[in-house]
Amino acid sequence: MIRAPWLGIAGIVLACSVSAAESRRAPLPPAYVDECGSCHVAYPGRMLDAASWQAVLAGLDRHFGVDATVDAATLAPLRVHLEQTARTKPTTAADATPLLRITETRWFRGEHDEVPRRLREGPAAVKPADCGACHRHAATGSYAERDIRLPKKETTR
Amino acid sequence: MRFAIPLAAALALGPMTARAERPADFEARFAQEARRADPSFAGFSAARGRTFFTTRQGGDWSCSTCHGDVPTAIGEHAVTGKRIEPLAPAANPERFTKPASVEKWFKRNCNDVVKRACTAQEKGDVLAWLMALPAKETR
Repeated sequence: MIRAPWLGIAGIVLACSVSAAESRRAPLPPAYVDECGSCHVAYPGRMLDAASWQAVLAGLDRHFGVDATVDAATLAPLRVHLEQTARTKPTTAADATPLLRITETRWFRGEHDEVPRRLREGPAAVKPADCGACHRHAATGSYAERDIRLPKKETTR
Repeated sequence: MRFAIPLAAALALGPMTARAERPADFEARFAQEARRADPSFAGFSAARGRTFFTTRQGGDWSCSTCHGDVPTAIGEHAVTGKRIEPLAPAANPERFTKPASVEKWFKRNCNDVVKRACTAQEKGDVLAWLMALPAKETR
């Protein structure tokens, strides 16, 4: 029992470092959050592969129907950031073209297949782009399982 | 070293004081532009700005689609559901203080709503209305 304290602390530290894999990631660069986190939460680079990000950046003038252009000087470091943090597994469609929508990727659909129906359709449905509706720390780029809180039944959005 | 602290303060405050502007500065600039574009420019109209803001201008969305009919309240992006901080300066003192930001968002959102760049007259009308909105009004 006398040696327990440091063992306990070591255990807590170990547990935290394992369960905090999400929060140990480098924070999203402020410029990225500024430019790509105004209309939607700043999606972390790891959500799409490099080819998908290239395709997204190539079409910012008609980004899902809206003008999301960023001036060249501001965009350059954001491009580097996305390349460096991009998903290594491919996020391509069946015809091998890069997917633009995160919600269409295989990994996203797999991760969200247990989302209850009431949040997928009907009056309480969550907009698929609204990560923060359930992932409380989405704004900081953290999607850790322990930070998920599904909206309550009476909540309508 | 006597000037070290004032120098440090000047360095720290310099960019802020140089960059930060007030909504009225933007209104004055839009007025200059509008006068250049049309010598018979007769000032801005908050009423016209309100109509422009709250009605569709050729596209599927109006400004209000995301910013709300009375933008002293919090808006919500029509597609993503993301919270949009109030646009009226009285409700959000950060609005209309940074030229780069004002320019960026007028460019983007005018393309979305009007399908072209907004004229100085249109921007000034909207700003005149936004500046006239009292902070308390939320609906």
